[in-house]
Amino acid sequence: MSMNTQGRPTAPDLKVANVNDLPETVLGHKGLVFEEKLLFEQSSPGTCGVDLPLAPMVKSRLHVLKARESIGLPELAEPQVIRHYTRLSQKNYAIDTGLYPLGSCTMKHNPRLNEKMTRLAGLADLHPLQPASTTQGALQLIHELADWLMKLTGMPAVAMSPAAGAHGEYCGMLAIKAAIADKGEAKTRTKVIVPESAHGTNPATAASLGFTVVPVKAEADGRVRAEAVKAVLGPDVAAIMLTNPNTCGLFERDIIDIAMAVRAAGAYFYCDGANFNAIVGRVRPADLGVDCMHINLHKTFSTPHGGGGPGAGPVVLSERLAPYAPVPFVVKTGETLRLIEQTTEKEAAKSIGRLKGFHGQMGMFIRALTYCLSHGADGLWQASGDAVLNANYIASQLKTIMSQPYAGYCMHEALFDDTFLKDTGVTTLDFAKAMIDEGYHPMTMYFPLVVHGAFLIEPTESESKQAIDDFIKVMISLAKRARAGEADHFAAAPRFTPRARLDETRAARQPVLRWQASTLSKSGG
Amino acid sequence: MRYLPHSDADRASMLATIGAAEVDSLFADVPDSAHLKGPIEGLPRMQSEIEVERHMSALASRNTGTSAAVSFLGGGAYRHHVPAAVDHLIQRGEFLTSYTPYQPEISQGTLQMLFEFQTMVSMLTGMEVANASMYDGSTAAAEAMSMACRVTGRNKSIISGGVHGHYRDILATQAKWTTQEVLLAPVDAQDTEDLTALIDANTACVMVQNPSSFGHLRDLSKLAEACQAKGALLVVIVTEVVSLGLLASPGSMGADIVVAEGQSLGNPLGFGGPYVGLFATREKYMRQMPGRLCGETVDANGKRGFVLTLSTREQHIRREKATSNICTNAGLCALAFTIHLSLLGEQGLKKLALLNHAKAVQTAEKLEAAGLRVINTGFFNEFTVDLGKPAAALVDKLAEKKILAGVPASRLYPEAKEVENLLIIAATELTTDADIYQLAEVLK
Repeated sequence: MSMNTQGRPTAPDLKVANVNDLPETVLGHKGLVFEEKLLFEQSSPGTCGVDLPLAPMVKSRLHVLKARESIGLPELAEPQVIRHYTRLSQKNYAIDTGLYPLGSCTMKHNPRLNEKMTRLAGLADLHPLQPASTTQGALQLIHELADWLMKLTGMPAVAMSPAAGAHGEYCGMLAIKAAIADKGEAKTRTKVIVPESAHGTNPATAASLGFTVVPVKAEADGRVRAEAVKAVLGPDVAAIMLTNPNTCGLFERDIIDIAMAVRAAGAYFYCDGANFNAIVGRVRPADLGVDCMHINLHKTFSTPHGGGGPGAGPVVLSERLAPYAPVPFVVKTGETLRLIEQTTEKEAAKSIGRLKGFHGQMGMFIRALTYCLSHGADGLWQASGDAVLNANYIASQLKTIMSQPYAGYCMHEALFDDTFLKDTGVTTLDFAKAMIDEGYHPMTMYFPLVVHGAFLIEPTESESKQAIDDFIKVMISLAKRARAGEADHFAAAPRFTPRARLDETRAARQPVLRWQASTLSKSGG
Repeated sequence: MRYLPHSDADRASMLATIGAAEVDSLFADVPDSAHLKGPIEGLPRMQSEIEVERHMSALASRNTGTSAAVSFLGGGAYRHHVPAAVDHLIQRGEFLTSYTPYQPEISQGTLQMLFEFQTMVSMLTGMEVANASMYDGSTAAAEAMSMACRVTGRNKSIISGGVHGHYRDILATQAKWTTQEVLLAPVDAQDTEDLTALIDANTACVMVQNPSSFGHLRDLSKLAEACQAKGALLVVIVTEVVSLGLLASPGSMGADIVVAEGQSLGNPLGFGGPYVGLFATREKYMRQMPGRLCGETVDANGKRGFVLTLSTREQHIRREKATSNICTNAGLCALAFTIHLSLLGEQGLKKLALLNHAKAVQTAEKLEAAGLRVINTGFFNEFTVDLGKPAAALVDKLAEKKILAGVPASRLYPEAKEVENLLIIAATELTTDADIYQLAEVLK
């Protein structure tokens, strides 16, 4: 055992293979890793974390209804609540903690200036139904962000209200449906072409609007050919939904030809903008011939992912789809800004209608505009360049030890398959869990579905060279260990996490979706 | 640029490793005609925090926020006090900058919070199960309509005239473009509608709001029975979730699906979003629910833990056969909701609800004393007055004096000429005696 000069041990003398092999502690805590019970199990009836002024004595005017039954909410004071959620937070991996290479999710740095701006008085305390004369600054803010999004995409219009990417898809496909109906082709154009590699939201959105999904295959290089699209195009096709760069992290080389063919066939081109971060500021989707594209503000424009939302999914629209934009939208006449909220107003005569209460994800607009202003056009140019540089740097060093389904430069994400794990007994899932023990959030795995055992790695522009070099070192080491027959190492991972692998089958077969006073296990939180 | 960590030397060294001459050559697959040669013209260049902050502050200062005015605005978004601890906790980077808990071993914080959220939503609504949240109350209502169609195999929904105007518009949009149908009952400002006669063998659901958009309170038990007799579902919308601290829960009155706007707890007004949608139902319909679900399980060592579950309903597995195209929830807003409700607890929520009601009663009494007519028999923290003249013009005029007197009914129901004299007024725990005095002075 090594010791310092006072005889105090400075290094542990035993190597522990698994934190779960450690002797149990009295309460199950392990140093900074706390066992934390559910809030309901910590309730101390009679306590409260909020002091309120006394309610004035009035005669109740509730009238008709029976009284509220017992709710069952736990009761705690403020220190207990703060400790509970602080401990819970420490069980999360986050961008602030480390590299988060979740492909197609663009886990880039979330600037704190964005957060500060959303909390400004005059924005945070603004009610959505105030008279427009008292919200001119907010309407101007929406107008300015809309201007950025239109200039960055080269498109003439943008619908700001969709709440998330999938909601944006719904909005864009509705606009297409309306345009087709306007031409009297609603009955005939019933099909939507979707590549097999597409994100699941694409076929789900198309199907929810009554379209039949026609899959189209990519070629051996991971890209869709114009010929393949032309082969399924016809008078019965309403649209194609194509992601670009695609879900394999590749730029669709035939995209302009595809766009022209789609347009010539009287159909529309929906571009899924989930991967816009690769090209923002460098390629304008309008120059590729797209008719509409949603933009995930929580990806490309750095609004926080927040443990799974809220997102925001504005949709840019071509000239021929612009009239169908949903309400509400902002109109500027001279220096005065108005909100068009009803389809009965003349500016919205052809609008598809309303998709969301109030005016969209304003808090995300504030963050996204702050991000745009901070970067400027030159900063965005640099950001997309660095995102693509980082992915290619990773690909260039891992391609010999891992296996790539598609050769050549990638865009902002590096894709590998599980061929390199063949006959090792290690799966992509095992590999991912071993990455956790090495201090990384795994990449997106098993997506896109068209690539077997996919590893989709998106480093984003936020990572330093040093951070990426460390990551590469870990990936190489794990790949070597897998190939060296250390399958057990992978099967036992993760070891250094608050929980070992969780039984997902049990969760689905015997669903327990809420705590009850007599819940199934008593093994502690 | 302060967010980009590479030095030029880093970039050069990385390019050398890749074997590319410059970053632009990595974009070789982009067709030449679309490949820009430099930053887009006509947009500003990068700016310091100082400059950006100045710009954004200038925009904010052109608004009159509710805290700089006398405000009685409600109509689906309510100004409540959010305890300081809430905003502090949701800005912890481990919550703020994490994503969907795809890897449960390193996401137990978010997952346990979602499990607590689902439990609290079930308790509040009086339902058996709840999901991990939706975009907001309005879109949750649209999902409820689709779910009712799936569960019943029918396609017509009856929408009460007391449902928020925006919600009705969204449901109408959905029906217009899909095979679903809606029957929008006439706008019901006076609380006289009876929907039971409209329910038939093709009715998937009846959708009502409680308290209604005009503040009326309803006992829905009879309507629930009528729905059940015809095999239709009763969907109850709640836009002011604080009311559930004082009013009988929708579940106790027989609701099959409850959707709610959760903004009132933990989330600022923020000009309309992001908010958090609550979605709860009966256990037997669990597998027909949209959105994410968090469930309890055990890990390899038998310890309790949490995972996302029942994902075979969702788009990433089912693709075109999914229950919904939803791919996200409102995680951070759900967290704010959960923390606020944790701080309040059972007694705190009840006290808060009582305080809201008392402030609204005081406001109503003062206005009645000033000669105005409140049209509600019962109300929670929001009621409607008949001004005898168009409300919108008056509201616009009062805004110049920094008095936000309420929501003119015509803003939510522009097509219903009969409501143009009605003003919807909400009071909360933040309403002061001075606010009430001022409102009565300008409205009398």
